Amino acid sequence: MDKTLTSKYGPCIAGGIIGLIAVALVHFGNPGNMGFCVACFTRDIAGALGFHRAGIVQYIRPEIPGFILGSFISSLIFREYSPRGGSSPAVRFGLGMFAMLGALVFLGCPWRAYLRVAGGDWNALYGLGGLIVGIFIGIIFLWNGFSLGASESNPKAAGLIMPLISIALLALLFIAPKFGDNAPVFFSSSGPGSQHAPILIALGAGLVVGWLAQRSRFCTVGAVRDFLMMGDAYLLKGIISFTLVAFIANYALGTFKPGFESQPVAHTNELWNFLGMVLSGLAFTLAGGCPGRQLIMAGEGDSDAGIFVIGMLAGAAVAHNFSAASSGAGIGAYGIHVTIIGLVFCAFVGLCFRDRG
Amino acid sequence: MSDVITVNASGLSCPQPVMLTKKALSEISSGRVEVLVDTATSRNNVSRYAGNKGWKVSTEERDGGYKVILEK
Repeated sequence: MDKTLTSKYGPCIAGGIIGLIAVALVHFGNPGNMGFCVACFTRDIAGALGFHRAGIVQYIRPEIPGFILGSFISSLIFREYSPRGGSSPAVRFGLGMFAMLGALVFLGCPWRAYLRVAGGDWNALYGLGGLIVGIFIGIIFLWNGFSLGASESNPKAAGLIMPLISIALLALLFIAPKFGDNAPVFFSSSGPGSQHAPILIALGAGLVVGWLAQRSRFCTVGAVRDFLMMGDAYLLKGIISFTLVAFIANYALGTFKPGFESQPVAHTNELWNFLGMVLSGLAFTLAGGCPGRQLIMAGEGDSDAGIFVIGMLAGAAVAHNFSAASSGAGIGAYGIHVTIIGLVFCAFVGLCFRDRG
Repeated sequence: MSDVITVNASGLSCPQPVMLTKKALSEISSGRVEVLVDTATSRNNVSRYAGNKGWKVSTEERDGGYKVILEK
């Protein structure tokens, strides 16, 4: 199996399995077209911890710690656990924050953008268009020498931080403690946060996907980037397989509902669906990979990716505390502002961080 | 025998190791290039790129990562 996953067919096979699991998770209770959404799930975790107080999106999604732990275990087994860090961590925090803000203007990370299309939500086509444009802008910066600098090898224990945080999150999920009146841990009683697959199924799915993605290097941003930059379709086949299998599974289960209106956890504002994902795609490209890939690298011991993920957690809090997140009703009051600020931030980073070598 | 060109891509995020390899290979038509990387992902990416371009690829483990040796 491992030979297959690390072969040229690896991303294609992993993508197909991940697509199938994604649709299964919706079948078992996750919100519509949200079998996996790294942005939405991280946002729900931020809510559960009380970092924001949007009552309908608070839940410790076990898929996220599952990704990290699945990758961590896989990297240990296959001797790829490699603690490293020190490549502009504060900038990566900012990129993670703005990647999340852009994703919450669109209402989904790149994984969910593909899944929304696979479920017939045509609003996501604007998001996908924005994602591709954002990645392409990132490529222009890369062509002009953009680099956040080299990371360095860290002590073995340094890579344990994100896996330990993952275990702590799972403990909070299973024990569900209350830290006082109107204090975390919060679990939504209505809305998307209340819709979830059974804990063990979701955790198992996260662990399996963490392993598959660690071995195959599945990356929803690298797929487009490598194809546009070098004509390399290796990772792109993973995304095509992911979307195609999810579409077939949706069709078979009757959850393929084509159209623009009344799509689950989505709005119909074309421009900001597009621009939100331009911001996300650019931020992910500058950081070297999609949000899922950042979780996988964090599991392998990459603390720069870990900082990016924590930046995403902070971005989720900012999005909801400052009314920047979209909802089914449309974009948030300050969604436009944060998107523009984010694009300016990313342009600043893209222009200022050049390889001096 | 021509000189060995060493590309230090250790610690760099995707896709910079492949970009540096591409740049180095574009400057020569044959010879030996050694690319230093720190992760298995970068090792695989560089190997795949160079292999697709017709270079003979071999890899060695080194302290803190891998050396990808490209020959033509």
